[in-house]
Amino acid sequence: MSTAAEERGVRAPWALTAPALMLFVGVLLIPLAMTVMLSFHDWGQYKGIEPVFILKNWYEIVTDPYYAEMFWRTFRIALLTTLLTAVLGAPEAYILNRMSGRWKSVFLLVVLGPLLISVVARTLGWALLFGGNNGLVNKLLMSAGVIRAPIPFMFTETGMVVALAHVMMPFMVLSVWAALQRLDPQIENAALSLGAGPVTIIRRIIMPQIMPGVLSGAIIVFSLSASAFATPAIIGGRRLKVAATLAYDEFLNTLNWPLGAAVATLLLAALVLIVVGSNALIERRYAEVFR
Amino acid sequence: MSRNGPLALIFHTIFVIVMVAPILVVCLVAFTPEGFLSLPTNGFSLRWFRAIGNYPEFIHAFWVSLGLGALSSFVALLFAVPAALAIARYRFRGRDALAALFLSPLMIPHVVLGIAFLRFFTSAGLGGSFAALIIAHVIIVFPFALRLTLAAATGMDLSIEMAAVSLGAGGWTLFRRVTLPLILPGVISGWALAFIQSFDDLTMTVFLAAPGTETLPVRMFLYIQDNIDPLVTSVSACVIAVTMTALILLDRFYGLDRVLAGKGDTGR
Repeated sequence: MSTAAEERGVRAPWALTAPALMLFVGVLLIPLAMTVMLSFHDWGQYKGIEPVFILKNWYEIVTDPYYAEMFWRTFRIALLTTLLTAVLGAPEAYILNRMSGRWKSVFLLVVLGPLLISVVARTLGWALLFGGNNGLVNKLLMSAGVIRAPIPFMFTETGMVVALAHVMMPFMVLSVWAALQRLDPQIENAALSLGAGPVTIIRRIIMPQIMPGVLSGAIIVFSLSASAFATPAIIGGRRLKVAATLAYDEFLNTLNWPLGAAVATLLLAALVLIVVGSNALIERRYAEVFR
Repeated sequence: MSRNGPLALIFHTIFVIVMVAPILVVCLVAFTPEGFLSLPTNGFSLRWFRAIGNYPEFIHAFWVSLGLGALSSFVALLFAVPAALAIARYRFRGRDALAALFLSPLMIPHVVLGIAFLRFFTSAGLGGSFAALIIAHVIIVFPFALRLTLAAATGMDLSIEMAAVSLGAGGWTLFRRVTLPLILPGVISGWALAFIQSFDDLTMTVFLAAPGTETLPVRMFLYIQDNIDPLVTSVSACVIAVTMTALILLDRFYGLDRVLAGKGDTGR
């Protein structure tokens, strides 16, 4: 090997990644930094945005209970959505995994395919099922005897959680399914031969092993739900605001960009903290599984 | 391996019905002959598909979405293919950090990206322009383009390249005649997945689109905000059809299970 070739080996990866790197610095990192800076600027109804450094927007968010309530609603909806996807998605992934070849791939497609279909179209579907002039979901639930009086789904948090859980479900099923692929089916048979019943097998053998999958799925679902826009906007209507829809309002209706930037920055910071924190916790708790 | 019990199959049936119901109901309502939202009970009709023709905003938005998706996915690949080759072939300082940076648009909420791009392009004098939309979409589809190209480049047999080099092929010829054809299935699937992501994005695009550059999801969203009628269901049915076509393309070239399984670990 000549030194020229060695030098080329050192330079080549940088030459190949340089265009993409410049693109990302220029149109991703700089705009993000500008947004953080924007949240410290002043704004007035008539004067517009003033590029000064003040804490007014942050002070408003921290002190005005309206924002606290809105952020709690955002995270409450995200948490309930996460729980719902975990409770329903994990068993479904387990059932899918036990199916035989052909059925498995057909239903995997049916369950995961919606991931790639427009969120607007899927949420519209829920709006049709919830409301309209008949409310198919309520009709079904009432005729099945599950509920007596119709539950209000449109413009409520209940409706948002149901629709969001549907939108996010594929991520949870995928994550648990990936964990199940690493599972040795012989362990289940061993437990069976030692006299364990199906409940014991699920509780003592399956659950502990798919838990990392459930938890990493939960992180994905939580962060995507907390920043979701289309579903809360369509199902929640104009009054029931979450962080993403509030930021949208500040930017495109009220035109108070600095305040909207502060809401977005806080959302991003909170999500990064939650995701990084829980990732670290999971990896420490399940270090042996990830190895 | 043991079979699923009856209880498990009942759970599975209900689960699948709930997963499919919202999509199915949209497609069914689109065929209603009535003037209001209803499941087609007295015959199917295409009147709401014909009605789309009377709303040039939807037609225009469709072409904007199609052009934007095709173009931004292509541009993203121009940047992603060399980057993927570098990350797949070389071990260099900063490699992990670069890969993390290139995949970061998956982890940043799209609402934050929308705001950041709105601020950036407005101060750059490009607010509401098609060029701004292209650049923004290049960033959000980049991880998908990169990941599938990376998978193809990692699995490639390097000895074929060495054979080409020993036969005298250099730089560009090597790439065009040997490397590119070998990673092409990954590149095309990367393009298709990137296209779907761009075609369906609402959250970020809603901040950037102006009248004239509204994409189909944005137009649909703004329409739904005012009223929900059968027209928007027939438009949705068309969107679902376009996505399905791209999905079939993906399945042919690459296998959908691989694409979807690759998408699942976005949050790691």
